[in-house]
Amino acid sequence: MIELRDVSRVYELGGRQVHALRGVNLSIAAGDYVAVMGPSGSGKSTLLHIIGCLDRPTSGSYRLDGEDVGGLEESALTEIRRHRIGFVFQSFHLVARLTAFENTELPMVFAGIGRHERRARAERALSAVGLLDRADHRPDQLSGGERQRVAIARAVVMRPSILLADEPTGNLDRASGAEVFALLERMNAEGLTLIVVTHDPSLAARARRRVRLLDGAVAEQIERRT
Amino acid sequence: MKVADLLRFSARALRGHRLRSALSLLGVAIGVGSVILLTSLGEGARLYVTGEFASLGSNLLIVIPGKTETTGGPIVGGVPRDLTVEDADALERRVAQIRRVAPLAVGTATASVGGRSREVTVAGTTRGMKEIRRFRMLSGRYLEQGEQVRAQRVCVLGVKVARDLFPHDNPLGAFLRVGGERYRVIGVMAPRGTSLGADLDEMIHVPVEAAMGMFDQRSLFRILVEVRSHDEIAEARRRALEVLAERHGEEDVTVFTQDALLETFGNILGVLTAALGGIAAISLSVAGIGIMNVMLVSVSERVPEIGLLKAVGAGRGQVLAAFLAEATILSAAGGLLGLAAGWLGDRALVALYPVFPAEPPAWAVAGAIALSFAVGLAFGSLPAHRASRLDPVAALGRR
Repeated sequence: MIELRDVSRVYELGGRQVHALRGVNLSIAAGDYVAVMGPSGSGKSTLLHIIGCLDRPTSGSYRLDGEDVGGLEESALTEIRRHRIGFVFQSFHLVARLTAFENTELPMVFAGIGRHERRARAERALSAVGLLDRADHRPDQLSGGERQRVAIARAVVMRPSILLADEPTGNLDRASGAEVFALLERMNAEGLTLIVVTHDPSLAARARRRVRLLDGAVAEQIERRT
Repeated sequence: MKVADLLRFSARALRGHRLRSALSLLGVAIGVGSVILLTSLGEGARLYVTGEFASLGSNLLIVIPGKTETTGGPIVGGVPRDLTVEDADALERRVAQIRRVAPLAVGTATASVGGRSREVTVAGTTRGMKEIRRFRMLSGRYLEQGEQVRAQRVCVLGVKVARDLFPHDNPLGAFLRVGGERYRVIGVMAPRGTSLGADLDEMIHVPVEAAMGMFDQRSLFRILVEVRSHDEIAEARRRALEVLAERHGEEDVTVFTQDALLETFGNILGVLTAALGGIAAISLSVAGIGIMNVMLVSVSERVPEIGLLKAVGAGRGQVLAAFLAEATILSAAGGLLGLAAGWLGDRALVALYPVFPAEPPAWAVAGAIALSFAVGLAFGSLPAHRASRLDPVAALGRR
């Protein structure tokens, strides 16, 4: 359960104060599927970073499963990112020198999981995204869609409860984009809370709920009727 | 995070930019290699010199005219009295701990026979010298024992002198002109080589008084004294000073023990070795700056990667450890390479100059290795800190 109450985020840019978020109120239940939309600069990524504990609100409160995250130590935030959050980025952010398998393994390496278990779990995650046969390829030997699928495998390999995707199809052609979306939705169907930032209205329409941001504030929330 | 995984991750990152890694590794290798090689040179010099002194024979005292210690009070009659052959006799006779003595007068003269001539170092001494310096004869005999032979015009040739002046015939019994006087050759010494900077094979030995007459010297160069046993050296030295003070009316000679000489030279050359090691250590710290440079470049190149690591749950400490490990792997590998190179260089040196016992001292080897680790940790810590403090959001946004 994600609860944002009156969350603002202000940062300095070249001596000017930029209000990335202004008083955002948002609740997302476990297992929900939310699309975040809005023009660029409207605060979508900042929202995602705060939910993912990569950033902290300047004011307001963020409760994750009832726990106030704003007051936590850096090391506690690291723990949350490690075990409860999975990130997928527009530009994939795969480590270029590592193979698909090693990229998938990376979060488990930092979590101190032993080799045997790492192998089993990374193979399972890669086969879930249909890339087990490409496990030994480096990112530059993979297509864009394949890269993003490796990134998804990496994001879910620690079995998080929340999957955050920041324009995951932004660098992909339509077919690969649809494939990636289908994959994310399958993860959601298995119980993961899925929050996707996207520009594409047709993709956003697939979400259970759409949140539209404008100038750092929630302008509109639309729930799909089921 | 497991240590093995940390090391594997860091080593992987280093392999990502091989040339850069190799170059900074080479810097450390050169630093460590030069510590090893230079200290091994210094240590070799120390062993060589102390070995030379040890070859003088054991239980040795050396008496030289004049006093080296400064005493307080006004300077009265500064000129020391001559050190004479009689002084040497008195020491041998009156100091019970002394086994034998060898007075020594030294000069250079021209030796000629027939049409040949050459410069030689003339050592004027007595039979005692042969025993003290453990000389061996190639042919003939050394100077005879006894006071009556001390002014005899006889000589013993170093092997090179013999070869130069008598290339074809046996020199024994032949006559030689040294410093205007005729000397009969009674022996040729076995090859001995250089000792303390003087080539013994290029010397000729004559009776002590003959040499002093030849060079118009009234004082000996020094007296070598062999003490009966090592335990009696201090006592022998004290007694020798007493006897000579009594004969000269004041204490105007200096008596070195061989141990003191060895110690002095050992100390001087030990300092030299340490200084060489220090100079080499400077090159290690320069190598450290190289590592820092490479690591800073690596951190700024990998900013997005660092952001990602933080996003997938790498803590600040883990990022710090990963970059520190990279720097330390570089410097430690460089250290081991340098150790190997230094050792090879050392072996090559020994192969080229077998008399020079070049060997890196243990403290330098241990120090160089420890220092190469320390260099990695010290110079890697700034870049690693920089990496660990990166804000993940800003880092991820950087392309």
